[in-house]
Amino acid sequence: MVETKKLALTGAEAVANAMRQIAPDVVAAYPITPQTPIVEYFSKFVADGLVDTELIPVESEHSAMSAVVGAAAAGARAMTATSANGLALMHEIVYIAASLRLPIVMPVVNRALSGPINIHCDHSDTMAERDSGWVQFFVENAQEAYDLTLIGLKLAEHPDVQLPVMVNQDGFIISHGVEPVELLPDDMVRSFVGEREPVYSLLDVENPVTFGPLDLYDYYFEHKRQQIAAMEKVFEVFPKVVEEFEKISGRRYACVEAYRLDDAEHVMVALGSTCGTIKDVVDELREEGKKVGLLKLWMFRPFPKEQVQRYLYGRKSVVVLDRSASFGAEAPLYAEIKSALYESPTKPLIGSYIYGLGGREILPRHIRQAFEAAINGDLLADGQGYLGLRE
Amino acid sequence: MAVNLKQLAVEFEDPNKIGITSGHRLCPGCAAPMTAKMALMVAKHLGYDVVVGLATGCLEVSTTIFPYSAWSVPYIHNAFENVAATISGVETAYRALKKRGKLKREKPIKFIAFGGDGGTYDIGLQALSGAVERGHDFLYILYDNEGYMNTGNQRSGSTPPGSYTTTAPVGKKLPGKPQLKKNIVEIVAAHENVYAATATVGEPIDYMNKVEKALNFEGPSFIAVLSPCVRFWRIPNDAAVSITKLAVQSKYWPLYEVEKGVYRITKKPRSFKPIRDFLEQQGRFRALLSRPDADKVISMLQDYVDKRWERLLALEEATKDKPAR
Repeated sequence: MVETKKLALTGAEAVANAMRQIAPDVVAAYPITPQTPIVEYFSKFVADGLVDTELIPVESEHSAMSAVVGAAAAGARAMTATSANGLALMHEIVYIAASLRLPIVMPVVNRALSGPINIHCDHSDTMAERDSGWVQFFVENAQEAYDLTLIGLKLAEHPDVQLPVMVNQDGFIISHGVEPVELLPDDMVRSFVGEREPVYSLLDVENPVTFGPLDLYDYYFEHKRQQIAAMEKVFEVFPKVVEEFEKISGRRYACVEAYRLDDAEHVMVALGSTCGTIKDVVDELREEGKKVGLLKLWMFRPFPKEQVQRYLYGRKSVVVLDRSASFGAEAPLYAEIKSALYESPTKPLIGSYIYGLGGREILPRHIRQAFEAAINGDLLADGQGYLGLRE
Repeated sequence: MAVNLKQLAVEFEDPNKIGITSGHRLCPGCAAPMTAKMALMVAKHLGYDVVVGLATGCLEVSTTIFPYSAWSVPYIHNAFENVAATISGVETAYRALKKRGKLKREKPIKFIAFGGDGGTYDIGLQALSGAVERGHDFLYILYDNEGYMNTGNQRSGSTPPGSYTTTAPVGKKLPGKPQLKKNIVEIVAAHENVYAATATVGEPIDYMNKVEKALNFEGPSFIAVLSPCVRFWRIPNDAAVSITKLAVQSKYWPLYEVEKGVYRITKKPRSFKPIRDFLEQQGRFRALLSRPDADKVISMLQDYVDKRWERLLALEEATKDKPAR
């Protein structure tokens, strides 16, 4: 443990600083609201000589991810960042990055996916990538955005994992909100992340490798199976990485965070910045004698089913908040939670609320409303609730 | 320094040294592997190591069917529309790792991207423009077979008028694709500080000299190589060379280069052949030629290539010794 100082930073600035400290060999990025300040801060760091990363100011997000794939295949440590439509434009290459097993780390500043066009926060952008083969983290605040960017890099590059990682932070709420953030000293970050040691590199001309061959019905399936296995490895490697991070930072991470869950009868499950508001409401309800708590997921992919089960088994009710919809099906987080509870010896009451689409405010009273439904036994497993919606 | 064929023949007596080996599954007579081989030989002859990037297409799918690869140089295929962006990432990684002392090697590496006309004129145009604008040090080689041949002969922005394709077929009513092909070299040459040229497999010395020039050019370079698809041009397997020679002689594919805005025609045939000769040699124009309105399309094409040639001569004269920068 060392002396560190707290700075007033936005989530975007915190992540740009994580990138400066990681000092990737290559960053390729294209500006999009609300990711823009990450690229702006980082470009300024480069212009001021604070980091000697080679910056590729690409002409689109599709090319950002394409260039980062090229750079990572060449053995470089390569990063990009994006939001919403930018992530959607990359979609094709997001899958390719994962299937090439390239350890790319990408901060994603969550924003509603068009249409209609909207620049504010929801999780529809990242949820569209949930089957892409990337590790997906969600953060509650700027500090977590910074920390999980560093943790994500070490996890991505671990020889047993070799997978790309998305670090999701809520657009504007985290990216543009100023909060106290503790940055680790530069040299400490450098020694934590170390050097990338690629298994194969395009620049190793003496040992030429073919990246991205045509893979038909005789091998494709086996390669996909290997990707599934790599995701399973995340559960073995992640605890080691967060333990190492805790040693230098004093901050403890896991796949999930349990907030006042010990004796909780009614548990809310959520992702991202809303968890901060939920914690406040939990505190208020606790003062009123209600046994409520929060299960926050830091990790959404791979889905930490065992930890979720450990914390949700035996509860009276579970209420799940989703900041995105899956049209014609259950909301993404709810579907996962409900599925995880299939094997539960006792079936808690369970209910789903969609909230905050397109940046719609989520207020303590909305969260209280959902908790009250849980406490009153008003949850319907097959019903769909909405918070903060005019109907 | 002009490329010496005899010297190359000695140097690459062992074909495995070229970088793309036999055993790939391209059609017999396809010009795409010739396009790749000649470029690789020149690069290696000049003392460069080579890393190649490929856009999805015939050359890519037929040379890398897992678990086999015909490439003995480092190779990356990412997707269809992004080979220029991908290679720009590889090239940037090279500079970054060299700068940081993480890549210790004396011999310089050159980066060559290969794309077909679909991946270049159409879906990959934006990525190509971006990479050229950013000034990456790479060579982009277009093997232009004038259609989506890998997927079975669909119309592209490079397909010439009247050429039979499955998506702009010559029908009872319509005479096939009505539009002229894009002038891709002019599009690339419109960027700053770029070397852009046409070439073709039927004129190998001209092509290889341009590869040399392109590789030694400081900045992005682009060579559009007319590269017949014997299958869908409906020509004999041994006709790729003769048909492309005819393309040059008929002004269909003028050989020229634009270096920082300076035009130079690299081959001026003493006499020209009519465009009809070029069309008649290819089955892809047979349906057009049998239509009553064939002459209308042919004379439109003849007029177009004549005017383009005159314009090239004028540009050569006007830009002589006047580089854009």
